[in-house]
Amino acid sequence: MKKTVAIILTICMVFALCACGKGSASTASAKIKIGMVTDVGGVNDKSFNQTSWEGLQALQAEDPSFEVKYLESKTDADYQTNINTFIDEGYDLIICVGYMLADATRAAAEANPNQKFAIIDDDTCADLPNVACLMFAQEQASYLVGIVAGSYTESKTVGYVQGMVFPSMNKFGVGFISGVLSVCPDAKILQYNANNFGDSAAGAAAAKDMITKGADVIYHAAGGTGMGVIEACNEEGIWAIGVDTDQSNLAPDHVLTSAMKRVDTASQDISKSVKDGNFTAGVHLYDLSNNGVGIAPTTTHISDEVLAKVKQAMEDIGAGKIVVPTVAEEVPEFTLAD
Amino acid sequence: MTKKKGVLEFIAEHRFLHILISILMGFLVGAIFLVVMGLSVGEAYGRLISSVTSLKGFSYVIVYSIPYIVVGLSVAFSFKTGVFNIGAEGQFVCGSMAAACVGILCASLPGIILIPLCFVAAMIAGAFWGLIVAALKTKWGINEVLSMIMFNWLAFYLSNYIAGIPAIHSDGTAEATKNVAEQARTLFPASFIQRLNLAPTFNWGFIVAVVVTVVIWFIIEKTTLGYQLKAVGSNKNAALYGGIGVNRSILTSLAISGALAGLGGALQLMGMGGRISVFSSQEGFGFAGIVVALIGCSNPFGVLAAGIFYGALNYGGSKLNLVGVPTQLISVIVGTVVFFISISIIFERLRYVGTKLHRDTPKKPAVSDKGEGSDKK
Repeated sequence: MKKTVAIILTICMVFALCACGKGSASTASAKIKIGMVTDVGGVNDKSFNQTSWEGLQALQAEDPSFEVKYLESKTDADYQTNINTFIDEGYDLIICVGYMLADATRAAAEANPNQKFAIIDDDTCADLPNVACLMFAQEQASYLVGIVAGSYTESKTVGYVQGMVFPSMNKFGVGFISGVLSVCPDAKILQYNANNFGDSAAGAAAAKDMITKGADVIYHAAGGTGMGVIEACNEEGIWAIGVDTDQSNLAPDHVLTSAMKRVDTASQDISKSVKDGNFTAGVHLYDLSNNGVGIAPTTTHISDEVLAKVKQAMEDIGAGKIVVPTVAEEVPEFTLAD
Repeated sequence: MTKKKGVLEFIAEHRFLHILISILMGFLVGAIFLVVMGLSVGEAYGRLISSVTSLKGFSYVIVYSIPYIVVGLSVAFSFKTGVFNIGAEGQFVCGSMAAACVGILCASLPGIILIPLCFVAAMIAGAFWGLIVAALKTKWGINEVLSMIMFNWLAFYLSNYIAGIPAIHSDGTAEATKNVAEQARTLFPASFIQRLNLAPTFNWGFIVAVVVTVVIWFIIEKTTLGYQLKAVGSNKNAALYGGIGVNRSILTSLAISGALAGLGGALQLMGMGGRISVFSSQEGFGFAGIVVALIGCSNPFGVLAAGIFYGALNYGGSKLNLVGVPTQLISVIVGTVVFFISISIIFERLRYVGTKLHRDTPKKPAVSDKGEGSDKK
C-alpha cells in the first residue's frame, strides 16, 4: 500500500516537472543569431573568451536585432559537439575563440560550406571560403608595454613569462623585448616558457624566481598562468604588466599597464558584417591602425613623460617609421625555444 | 507518526527508491536556484529534456555516457572490494594516452588488430597505474587515497609531457597529440550516421561498455575471485581468518579497477576526441566515475543506468546556455543528488531509531495503561 502511494507520488512529481517543460518557444526568427564557442578556459577566463563574450553582450544590448549565445567546452572533444549544436540550431555566425578550435572549425567549415564561421587568433583556416580569421598584431601592443617596462625598471632587469612557444605566441615576446630595448638598450630580459596556459602556481613560481634575480617589472602572455605572475608581483611589491584585457583590477596597486587585444571589437565587427551582408572570409588583421590592439585605458601609474613616449611610438608605428618585428629570428635577445 | 516512520523505513530498505528521491531532490534544489535567479524552471528543464529525447540528442547521450559507464564500473568495482579508487582519473588519463600512442605509432596496422591493441595497451597502462598505488599500500601501508590523488597529478603531467614529444605532438598549431589512425576509431560508418542523422561521433564503444558491465557483474557475483574480493571488502579480518589473502585481493581489485578506467580512456579517445589535448585542468572523468558509482549503488547494472543518466545531464546541460541558463545548474543538481545519496546513513539511523521506538513505545503505554487501570480498580 505504502509502496504504491510512494511510487504514485514520485511519478506525479516527475510529471509535474515535465509538464512545465513545454514552455515558451522563442519567437526570434528575424534575429541575427551569433553563437560563440569557448575553448577549455571557459567564459570567465579573464582573457579572450571573456572579452569576446562581453563584446557580444554589449552588441546585443545596443542592437536588439542580435541574439548572442555561448557554449563552453570542457574538453578538447567538446569543440566539435558545441559547433554542431549551433549549426543544428541554425545560427548565422559561429565564433570560435582561440587557435585550439582550429581543427574542429576546419572540419565543421568543410562539412557545412554555407555556414559562416569566425575564429580568433588562428590563420590556418584562412584558405576556407566561409571562415573569417580574426588576427591581432599582438607584437605592437607588446612593444608599447615594453616601452613602459623599459622606462620603469630601476634594476634594468625585466621578466617575461610566455604560455607556450609557437609563432603566434612568440610575437608577444619579440614585440615586448624590442619595446624594452628601444628605451633601455642595456636591459636584461629574463624569459620563461610555462608551457601551460592554466597553471597559475607555475606562473607564480617563475615570477618569484625572476624577482630574486632582480627583475622589477614582469610582463606575461600566459592566460591563467599569468594570474600567478600578477599575484606574485603583487605579493613582492613589484610591477606586473597584464595582457589581452585591462588587468589592473586584478592588483590595482601593482599592475602597471596591460597590452590590450580588442577581441571584443573584432567579435562585434564580424557580427555586424553578417547583419549588413558584407561578411568576408580570410584574414582580418586588427592592429594599432584600426584600434584592434593598444595599451590599457588605466594609466594611473604611468607618468605623462612615459605616456608621451608611448604615444610617439604609436604614431611612428602608424607612419611606418618603426616596424615591430614579428618573428623570433629578428630578435636575437628572444631566447625561448620549443 | 507511524506513517512517517514507515515511509522512512521503506525508503531505507529500497535503495532504488532512495536514489530516485535523491534525484528528484536534485532537480527540486536546481529549480529553487532557477527561481531565485529569476529564470524559468519550465524553460530550463524543458530544454534539458527536449535536447536529450530527440534521436540525435539521444545518440549524443549514448556517446557521452560511454566513459562515465566504464569509469563508474571501475570505481564501483573498487567500492565492492573495500578500496576507494579515487585514482580513476589518473588511470583514465594513462589509458587514453597509451591508446593514443599505439593509435598514432602503429598506424600501419589494420583496424582489426589495432583496435584491440589500443584497448589492451590502455588497460595495461590503467592497471599498472592502479597497481603502483596498491603496491604502496600493501607493502608499506601508505594510504591509497592520498597516493592516488598525487598519482592523478603525475598522470596529468606525464600525459602533457608525452603529448609534447615530437613523434606524438600534432603537426599543426594545435596543442594536442596527432589524431589516432582512422582505422583505430570506433565510429560507425559515416553513411549510417548521416542517414539516421545521428551524432557525428556516434560509436560502438557503448556496446563495449554494456559487455564490460555484464562481465563485471559476472566477476563480482558468480566467481570465486569476486567472492573473495567482496569478502575482503566487507570485513578484512574475517576474510583473512577465512584464508583469503587480503593483500593479494587489494592488488587484484585495484588492477582490475585501473584496467577499467584505462579502457574508459581508450573508449573516449577512439570514439569521441581522436586525440588528446595538452591539459590545462583535469578533465574530471575519474571524479564523474565516483558520482556514477554512487548513483548506481555500485551495482554494475545500476552503474550502466547511472552512466546514461549522467551522460544525459551533461549533454543536455551543455545546451542550457542557449536558453540563458548557466550550465553550472548541472553541478548544482549533481551535487545535491550526491549529497542526498551520501546521507543514506542518516536514513538508516532514522530507521534504527524508528524500529527502536516501534519496539519500545507499545510496551510503555501498555504497562502504564494497565497500571492506571489497576489503580482505578
